[in-house]
Amino acid sequence: MTDLTINGKDVTLDVPGDTPLLWALRDDLRLTGTKFGCGIAQCGACTVMVDGMPMRSCVTPVEALEGSEIVTIEALEGPEADAVRKAWVDIDVPQCGYCQSGQIIAAAALLTEIPNPTDEDIDFAMAGNACRCATYVRIRKAIHNAAKMLET
Amino acid sequence: MNFIKRAAALTVAALLAQFTAGGTAAAQEVNGLKTVEAFEGIAPEEARSAAIFGEMAKVITHPRCMNCHPVNSGPLQGDERKPHSPPVPRTEDNFGVVAMRCTTCHGEENRPFLGESGSVPGNGHWQLAPASMGWVGTTVPEICAQLKDPERNGGRTMTEVAHHMGHDSLVGWAWTPGEGRTPAPGTWEAFAELAENWIETGAACPG
Repeated sequence: MTDLTINGKDVTLDVPGDTPLLWALRDDLRLTGTKFGCGIAQCGACTVMVDGMPMRSCVTPVEALEGSEIVTIEALEGPEADAVRKAWVDIDVPQCGYCQSGQIIAAAALLTEIPNPTDEDIDFAMAGNACRCATYVRIRKAIHNAAKMLET
Repeated sequence: MNFIKRAAALTVAALLAQFTAGGTAAAQEVNGLKTVEAFEGIAPEEARSAAIFGEMAKVITHPRCMNCHPVNSGPLQGDERKPHSPPVPRTEDNFGVVAMRCTTCHGEENRPFLGESGSVPGNGHWQLAPASMGWVGTTVPEICAQLKDPERNGGRTMTEVAHHMGHDSLVGWAWTPGEGRTPAPGTWEAFAELAENWIETGAACPG
């Protein structure tokens, strides 16, 4: 049993402690916005927020999360998340879209700490979020656009 | 067949000889690292101390240690010491970049991959050593001098240096790195004992 908060709700996960958070989210809680990509913490598709920081849910066992606050793409909110979502839609960032929940979580986390990131800030912050459609140029552009929205 | 029997008998005899000699030969090296007993005959003490550090360097210069002690780059990874993937530069806090801190992927212990063998390495202290403690590309005598310099060793006394080597679980991880990563030579205990003896004998550096 692991007690934690997921998207603002108190949750008790009745799964073995070594169950990856990703499986608990998708299979037990039906929060399927978070994706399985590589399973080895290399692609970022499974990224969720844990206590305010991005984390790869595919390699994080639930037993490590007792008392933690988890936020998934379904409940990501705040000015940065809103700006990122609008910027994403404005220039049609996704192609297939599979990696986008991880991309958006990472982008919002970046803007929360660095409101006006440089290209280098973006490239390093997003380096762990792979996009097989190679939409990287649009991702970077959308993050700059979101930063501009947050200025006004 | 006779040859095989004779070879086996000789091997057993050789092993028994080691044990009957007080276990000295067996105790002088463990997993490729000489223990302090192997240096007892070296005199003067300064020479013994320098020789002990030379042995410690087998651990210090091993990929398990060097990969997180770069000088100019971000972390390295694997036995081949490749640049970390995904790319991570050294940052002021030695803890990754915004939105991709060390803890984004590394947990408090090695965490198994999903769907294939292997693990993401981890420890509760997982982070890059500060730039002043960079070792990649330096010589063993230079590393030795650096370890003794409070300006570059994080303000540690020699006792604290020995404590870091013998008790910091991040150092100990080098002997339990998980499948696919070669452990550092010896054992953590043998390395800790070398470090203590190096300092007790004056912490001399090899020339």
